[in-house]
Amino acid sequence: MTFDNVWVLAEAPEAKPTSFTYELLTKARQMGSTVEAVTWGADVDAYAADLGRFGATRVRSAGDLGDALPGVPVAAAMAAAIQGGDRPDAILFPQSYDGRDIAGRLSARLDLGVLTNLVDLSDDGTSEHAIFGGSTIVRARFTGDPPYLFLVRPKSFAALEGGGASPEVVALPVPDTGPLNAAVIKQRHVEARSGPKLDEAPVVVAGGRGLGEASNFELIEELARLLRGAPGASRAIVDAGWVPYAYQVGQTGKTVKPTVYIACGISGATQHMVGMKGAKHIIAINKDREAPIFSIADLGVVGDVHRVLPRLIEALKSRS
Amino acid sequence: MNVVVCVKQIPDPANPGRLDPEAKTLVRQGKLILDDSDAYGVEMALQLVDAAGGGEVTLVSMAPHNEVSGLRTALAMGASKALLVSDDQLQGADALTTAKVLAAAIRRTDPDLVLAATESTDGYTGTTPVQVAELLGLPSVTFAKRIECDGSTVRVERQTEAGFDEVECPLPAVVTVTAGVVEPRYPSFKGIMAAKSKSVEQLTVADLGLDGSLRVGQEVTDVAAAQERQAGEIVQDEGNAHDRIIQLLDRLKVI
Repeated sequence: MTFDNVWVLAEAPEAKPTSFTYELLTKARQMGSTVEAVTWGADVDAYAADLGRFGATRVRSAGDLGDALPGVPVAAAMAAAIQGGDRPDAILFPQSYDGRDIAGRLSARLDLGVLTNLVDLSDDGTSEHAIFGGSTIVRARFTGDPPYLFLVRPKSFAALEGGGASPEVVALPVPDTGPLNAAVIKQRHVEARSGPKLDEAPVVVAGGRGLGEASNFELIEELARLLRGAPGASRAIVDAGWVPYAYQVGQTGKTVKPTVYIACGISGATQHMVGMKGAKHIIAINKDREAPIFSIADLGVVGDVHRVLPRLIEALKSRS
Repeated sequence: MNVVVCVKQIPDPANPGRLDPEAKTLVRQGKLILDDSDAYGVEMALQLVDAAGGGEVTLVSMAPHNEVSGLRTALAMGASKALLVSDDQLQGADALTTAKVLAAAIRRTDPDLVLAATESTDGYTGTTPVQVAELLGLPSVTFAKRIECDGSTVRVERQTEAGFDEVECPLPAVVTVTAGVVEPRYPSFKGIMAAKSKSVEQLTVADLGLDGSLRVGQEVTDVAAAQERQAGEIVQDEGNAHDRIIQLLDRLKVI
């Protein structure tokens, strides 16, 4: 299987491509001889050169979508281009909120299958998927005709520069989709957080149900601050409303690969493990000796987070 | 107001079965259960129908061997009835095939709203609901953490990378819900008893008029255990475990 032309769905909120986008462009460059980026927004010209630095030779822009959710218009625009004869061999999508919407819509629109949750893709087109929290690997491949749609998990590939001149920006016209595109964004809310970004921080300190109550999350934030890291959370305490969703590490939250991950009062549901088992080093603190998190921890402390964390924080403060 | 909830019956995640590397499949044992992540959609649907002052919650599901035990759980929570598509030719169905089957079953009802989980707990492809929406020609809003409905419009707080968006969408529509959207009720004894006599309509691919139109363009080539991380040292905290953590952080040059 050789891929000649590979498209990458390039997300660029606030006119800046995500690191996820660069990971996919890097992979696409290794797979195919031509890499094109598909994107949208009012400021595509402002970041097209960034996409070029990572290998895109052409940028297809669906333009300013206004208050529409991207799923329907971007998928419809891609489908129209493909039906018009611009057929890529493969399309790499980020397994993100909008990436999943666009890939799903495009798949149904063109009657093409989609392989999801990829963690690797080999030269012969065989994809690799981690299931059961990463304990099991499934390999799969497409058997029909391209284009092949791949939804990739974040941090599956390194982001390395290696492109040429600024790519040409061409319009990707959005056809009329009628009632399909009736959902409208009325207001956008940004939940502010300080310090390094969760998915880029070298140290992540994450808290779970074992913290006992919402106010104890302050311990997580303080430890993260002392280690110049980012605080994170398990799904249980996000669902309980203790911290905003932006803190969530796991299958439906962020995937992190820090140098050190410190799991505090987190038992280690598969849902959570799939988002953090790529960390270089894992430290776990949990009362329950049988908690699954200990099976992947380099250092496991069987103990009460309410005792261990304050002492750890005091000891770190006295060092500085 | 009539709401369809797409639900999946899955092997108990606590006992997911074992791998058969020869057949490249999972050998599943025991009864299927209602996917935990679907309980939120069922609960949301029941509350929306209540708030609207009447209507029905219909479950739509696809499962092998006419499996109904998971559906009974959702019926016991209060759903009115269920459509179950079961057919040997659906073995190994991919997300798009599943979506075609669910969409065809949903077409037999006339819902104002279709709810689904953002992703299943066992397969988590997370694309099936939008594929259903596209096939039905409906708008969709994914990742809802809050839903309100006034009969003609659904208002959703949709999770985003940065926080959340307030999204408005006319009905009918497809909405996927996260685990944060509502707290699911436990089935009552009365509900469990009532569920036994509720209708579960069994359908085949032929019943749905899909014979000959389903083809799966992908295959599993290999199923294997991942290279596991090794567990490291485990210490019991005797009042000084924080020293061990500091030593490790020091060695890793984090501090």
